[in-house]
Amino acid sequence: MKNIIANKVQVMQPSGIRAFFDLVLGMKEVISLGVGEPDFVTPWQIREAGIYSLEQGFTSYTSNKGLYKLRLGICRYLKNKYNLEYCPEEETLVTVGVSEGLDLVLRAIINPGDKVLIPVPSYVSYGPVTELAGGIPVYIDTSKDGFKITPKLLEKHIDKKTKAVILNYPTNPTGVSYRRKELDQINKVLLKHKVLCISDEVYGDLTYDFEHVAFPTLPKAKENTVYFNGFSKAYAMTGWRVGFACGPKEIIAAMTKIHQYTIMCVSITSQMAAAEALVTGKRYVQQMKREYNRRRQFIVAELNALGLKCSLPQGAFYVFPCIKSTGLSSMEFSRKLLDEQKVAVVPGTAFGSSAEGYIRISYASSMDNLKEALRRIALFLQKYR
Amino acid sequence: MDEILEILEKDGRASVEDIAKMLRKKPLDVKKAIKQYEKEGAILKYKAVINKDLIKDSESEVRALIEVNIIPQKDLGFEKIAERIYSFPEVTSCYLISGTYDLLVVVEGKNLHTVSNFVAEKLSCLENVRGTATHFLLKKYKEDGVILKQKSENKRIAISY
Repeated sequence: MKNIIANKVQVMQPSGIRAFFDLVLGMKEVISLGVGEPDFVTPWQIREAGIYSLEQGFTSYTSNKGLYKLRLGICRYLKNKYNLEYCPEEETLVTVGVSEGLDLVLRAIINPGDKVLIPVPSYVSYGPVTELAGGIPVYIDTSKDGFKITPKLLEKHIDKKTKAVILNYPTNPTGVSYRRKELDQINKVLLKHKVLCISDEVYGDLTYDFEHVAFPTLPKAKENTVYFNGFSKAYAMTGWRVGFACGPKEIIAAMTKIHQYTIMCVSITSQMAAAEALVTGKRYVQQMKREYNRRRQFIVAELNALGLKCSLPQGAFYVFPCIKSTGLSSMEFSRKLLDEQKVAVVPGTAFGSSAEGYIRISYASSMDNLKEALRRIALFLQKYR
Repeated sequence: MDEILEILEKDGRASVEDIAKMLRKKPLDVKKAIKQYEKEGAILKYKAVINKDLIKDSESEVRALIEVNIIPQKDLGFEKIAERIYSFPEVTSCYLISGTYDLLVVVEGKNLHTVSNFVAEKLSCLENVRGTATHFLLKKYKEDGVILKQKSENKRIAISY
């Protein structure tokens, strides 16, 4: 049974991180600041809609493109929030989380040898999914630019084989986001070189100090962007697995072709709940956002006070402090913190080697947990200053 | 509502320093604001919400919701009678309500008899009380925004991207 696994799958995921994760999962009484999902339960009204749909007997397949009323709701939401107009019939696709959407778009557009630019540190799946689709990921180190992608960095890495760039803002793991002026400059570069923008804006609703700017709203960007958003983060619906993609007709049609063979459709229960979320969920998002904001401000103040330099992230629920002052590597820091104080964080290197010297802390956790974790981190740091 | 009040409503023990960090305000400003709220009565008091089901031997084992029908007094309406009723220490809450009855009174006592005796001997025979309907509390599911079920295990996977 030797070598039954395909080569390209064998080389996926650095094993070091996997081992660390297994360690965390195997330990009891760990305070985890390493969770990439909200600590809120899906608001009851949304859960209730899902439950009610089951009671009413909605258990069959939906249209491949997604429940029509959900697509309508999505387009209405984008129109109201960003003044973005997409056609629910031809320019909108409901996917199994943004994860499936990204996989679809890459498989829909990549020919062997095509390059995809990925600013790093980034969410872990962008590179591997590009490779699975037969493309070549080109990682752009943003660590010297405040973890932000710039027009200069893009120009440096674009060549004739560059097909697309994957933007993610607010960003996982750093929490950085961009203002309109910055995105404008990026957009100009992409249009100039005809590079498709794959925009993962799943944390868009969790932007704190300014209004989130949707990439397709930039001048001439709509025809060159596939916009991704979902329900996991803002509405605390991670387990329901619902996301969506909006973009140019041809791309959405190609994505739908693949989707209808591989997935058929997203779970009907999740789609019904998501449709409800768009109608009644806004105030819950506001409540959760206010709570996240308080924690964000609290944790940044505390980390800086402890000597772990950390700028105020503008979105998502992550902070990305620098741990270089301890003299430890990201992995060493995380391992030792786990062993000595039973606090779990994610080493920055899990998101790209350019994040060596950083850790990702998720503040999607109760204030009590955060305070206790910080108390333990303070104790831990006494040894390594 | 001011965010300071929002935080304190959820956790009455939140310190001035912590609140200041959460809201990026100066601790002194937070302290002043809280003092002002306490002064004007916007913050009435701080208390722990106790789940009495888990505590045996309590002085207030039994709770009853009593609807009271009142003959309003000339020139005074319900105020004076309500005051007489809520002055009793057994009465933990008292509300003027719309509907068939006039007042909703919450009474706590050691046991069923204590509460019944209170209603019979002290409440019903008050001048201007026309009638009462007593409902004994059988089970508390949720109180003051807190669900009283035993906290279930944290359901999230400990580490994820």
